[in-house]
Amino acid sequence: MRSSGFKSLLTVSVIALLVTVACGTGSSDKGTVHVLAVWAGSEEDSFKAVLAPFTQKTGIKVSYESTRDVDALLQTRIAAGNPPEIAGLPSPSTLSKLASQGHLVQLDNGIIDMTKFSAQYSPGWIQQGTVNGKLYEVFSWAAVKGLIWYDPKNFTAKGYQVPTNWDEFISLQNKIKGSGTTPWCVAVESQAASGWPGSDWVKEIVLSQSGPTVYDNWWQGKVRWTDPAIKQAWETWGTILGPGDSNVYGGKNYILSTNFGNGGDGLFANPPKCYMHNQASFITDNFVKNTPGIAPGTDFNFFPLPDVNPAYAGAHVGSGDAFSLLKDTPQARQLMQYLVTPEAQAIWVKRGGKLSPNKNFDLANYPDDITRQVAKVMTGAKIFDFDAGDIMPTPMRDAYWSAVLAFITDQSKLNTILSGLDQVQSTAYKA
Amino acid sequence: MDFNSLLSTLLADVPTLAAVIIGVPAVLAAYIVGGEFLVQRLPDKARPSLRPWIWVGPALIFVAFFLVYPVFGTAWRSLFDNHDNFVGATNYGTELAGFPSGGAWIAIRNNLYWLVLFTLLVLIFGLMFAVLTDRVPYESQVKSLIFMPMAISFVALATIWKFMYSYQPPGEPQTGTVNAFLALFHQDPRIWIQDANVANFALIAAAVWGFVGFAMVILSAALKGIPGDLLEAARVDGAGELTIFRRVIFPLMMPTIVVVGTTLVIFALKAFDIVYVMTNGNYDTDVLANRMYKLLNVGDTGLASAVAIILVAAVIPVLIFNLRQFRAVEARR
Repeated sequence: MRSSGFKSLLTVSVIALLVTVACGTGSSDKGTVHVLAVWAGSEEDSFKAVLAPFTQKTGIKVSYESTRDVDALLQTRIAAGNPPEIAGLPSPSTLSKLASQGHLVQLDNGIIDMTKFSAQYSPGWIQQGTVNGKLYEVFSWAAVKGLIWYDPKNFTAKGYQVPTNWDEFISLQNKIKGSGTTPWCVAVESQAASGWPGSDWVKEIVLSQSGPTVYDNWWQGKVRWTDPAIKQAWETWGTILGPGDSNVYGGKNYILSTNFGNGGDGLFANPPKCYMHNQASFITDNFVKNTPGIAPGTDFNFFPLPDVNPAYAGAHVGSGDAFSLLKDTPQARQLMQYLVTPEAQAIWVKRGGKLSPNKNFDLANYPDDITRQVAKVMTGAKIFDFDAGDIMPTPMRDAYWSAVLAFITDQSKLNTILSGLDQVQSTAYKA
Repeated sequence: MDFNSLLSTLLADVPTLAAVIIGVPAVLAAYIVGGEFLVQRLPDKARPSLRPWIWVGPALIFVAFFLVYPVFGTAWRSLFDNHDNFVGATNYGTELAGFPSGGAWIAIRNNLYWLVLFTLLVLIFGLMFAVLTDRVPYESQVKSLIFMPMAISFVALATIWKFMYSYQPPGEPQTGTVNAFLALFHQDPRIWIQDANVANFALIAAAVWGFVGFAMVILSAALKGIPGDLLEAARVDGAGELTIFRRVIFPLMMPTIVVVGTTLVIFALKAFDIVYVMTNGNYDTDVLANRMYKLLNVGDTGLASAVAIILVAAVIPVLIFNLRQFRAVEARR
C-alpha cells in the first residue's frame, strides 16, 4: 500500500517535472547577457530601469550582478575562464589593463558603428576608451569633478560673493575664516577607497595649475610625484586646508573619520559649520537624502573651482562609467550598441546623479537646472581631462589615496609622502 | 530577485538540479556498496588494512585537490613575476626588504600585535567569564549574551565598531559609543581607527569583543569537566578559592587553554575582515592577509603568492603544535 502510494507520487512528480521543462524551453528564448558592475541599491534600480526597455524590445534577458569589489572579481572570473559578457566599471584603468592583456573584444571593427559613434562622442571620450589604437571601452554616463557647493542663503546672509578667479576665491576663504567659521567641509572616509575625495582636489589643482601636458604625463607615470609641479599642487591644497587643517570644520579628525557622503552636511547646519564643499556632481543625491526638504537652486548651488592659472582657463576633471565587451555574443553586441544611445542614457539621467557624455543628448532630459548647469560645465570645458586616479594603474591609485590620508594627518610630511609615491610609481607602471 | 524569477532560474537548470539531487547520493551509495563488495572478495587478513582507505579515500582526494594542490601551486606561483617570467626568490626579497617600515614589515609587525594581544586578551577574558559565570545562578543568560557576538559575521562586527568609534568635533553630540562614554567624564573626543598610534589596538579590541564568547564556551565546558569531589577535597584540606583556582582548576584546564590559545593564534595570523572593513590597512594597520588581498586585487599574483606563503610558513608551526596538543588531550581522556 505504502509503496504503491510512493510510486504514484513519483510518477506524478516526474510528469510535472517534464511538463515544466517542456514549458520552460517552449517560450521564445532570445538569450541572456551577463553584466557585472558596481551599482547597488538605488543605483542598481536606475541601471535596471535602463535595461528594461532593451529587454522589452529585443527579448534578450540581462542578468545583472553587482559587486563593490569589481576589480578583484573580474580578474578572478577571467582567470577562471568564466567572464561576464559585459563589464561596467567606474574607472577605466582596470579595463585598459585587461585590453592590453587581450581579454577584451575590439569594438571599432563592426560592433560599434564608428561613423555614428564619432559624431556623437567628442574625441576625448573616444581616446579614453582606446588602447593601442583600438577601441575597447565606451562611456555611457559621466560626472564632473571640482564643483564647489554652497548654500546661497548663507552666502547672501553674510554678503559673500561667488568668486570668479583664484584670488577672489582665496580672499573669500580668508574672509570666512576671519569671521570665526571654518570655510570648508572636507570628508575623505570611503571604506577601502578612503582618501579619494582628497585626491580629487589635488588632480583638479594639477590640471588647472600646470595644464594638460603635465597632467597627462603625470598620470602616465612620466612626471615624478616629487616634480615641482605636482608638489606645488599638494601645497596649494594645503593652503586650502589651512595650517594643521584649520580651515576645515572639525580639523583632521573629522576629515579622516567622516564618510564622503556626509561631507556636505555641515553646509546646511544651523548655524552653518562651513560654507563650501568640493565634490563631484553626484553629491546632490546625498545632500537631499541627508537633509530632507532642501531644494536645488534655493538651498544649494555650485560654482566650478576657479582657474588656478589663467593660462589653463576652463580646465575640468571628469569621470565616466566605462563598458567593455569580454565575450562576443550577438546579444551582448546589441546591449553594447544600446548603452551608447542617448535614449538609454536619458533613462538614468532623468532619475538623477548622472550626466550623459553623448553630444546628441537633449539638455531637457536633465531633472533640474543645477544638473543642466553641471552638464554645461562639462560640455563647455575648454580642457576636459579624465580623473587621473581612475586611469593610473591600480597600485598607483591606491597609494595616491593613502597618501591623501597621510597628508591630511600631517601636512609637514609632504616630502616623505611624495618620495614614497615615487617609489610606487617606479614599479606600478611595469605591470 | 523575486520568487518568480528565482523559480524560473531554478527550472531552467532542471537537469543540473536533478543530477545533484539524484546523482550525487547515487554515486556515493554506489561507491560505498562497490567498495564493500570489493573488500568482501579479499582474504580475511587484508580486509582491515584496506577498508579504512576506501572510506577515507574520497576525503583524501578532495583535500589533495582543493588544499594540497593549491598550496603547492601558490608556492610555485610566488617564484614568478606578472609576465610569467621565473624570478626565483625576488618576490620574497621585495616583501622582506626595507626593515622596519618597507615591504611587508608593517604587516608582519601588526600580525605580531594581533598574535600576542588578541590571543592573550581573549584567553584572559574568556577564562575570567568562564570561572565567574560558573558561580552565579543566571549563568546561562550571561553566557548567551557574551557568546552572542560570535553569531554575527566579522564584516558586520567591523561595521558596528566603526560606528562605535565614530567621531564628532568637541562640543557636538557624540554619535559614537566610545566617544560618548568619554564625554561622560568630560574628556575630549578622539579618533580611534584613523590615528596610527591607537588604530591597531582599536581594531584588536573589536576582535576581542567578538571572540571572547568562543573562548568562554570551550573553557567553561572544560571547567565543568573538573570533578566536584576534587574541589571538595581541596576545600576540606583548607585551600582558599584563589588557591583552588591557581593550584587545581588552572592546571587541570591547561590543555584546553593551550588548544584554545593555538586556535586563536591561527585566527590572529589570518586576521583580515576587521582590518579590511575598518581601515583597509591605512594608518599603519595593515596585516599580511589584507596585504595579500590588495596585491591580488591589483593583479600582482607573484607578490601576493609570496605573502601567502610567508603567512603559511608562520601558521605551520602553530598548526603542528595544535595537532600535538589535541592528541595529548585526547590521550588523557
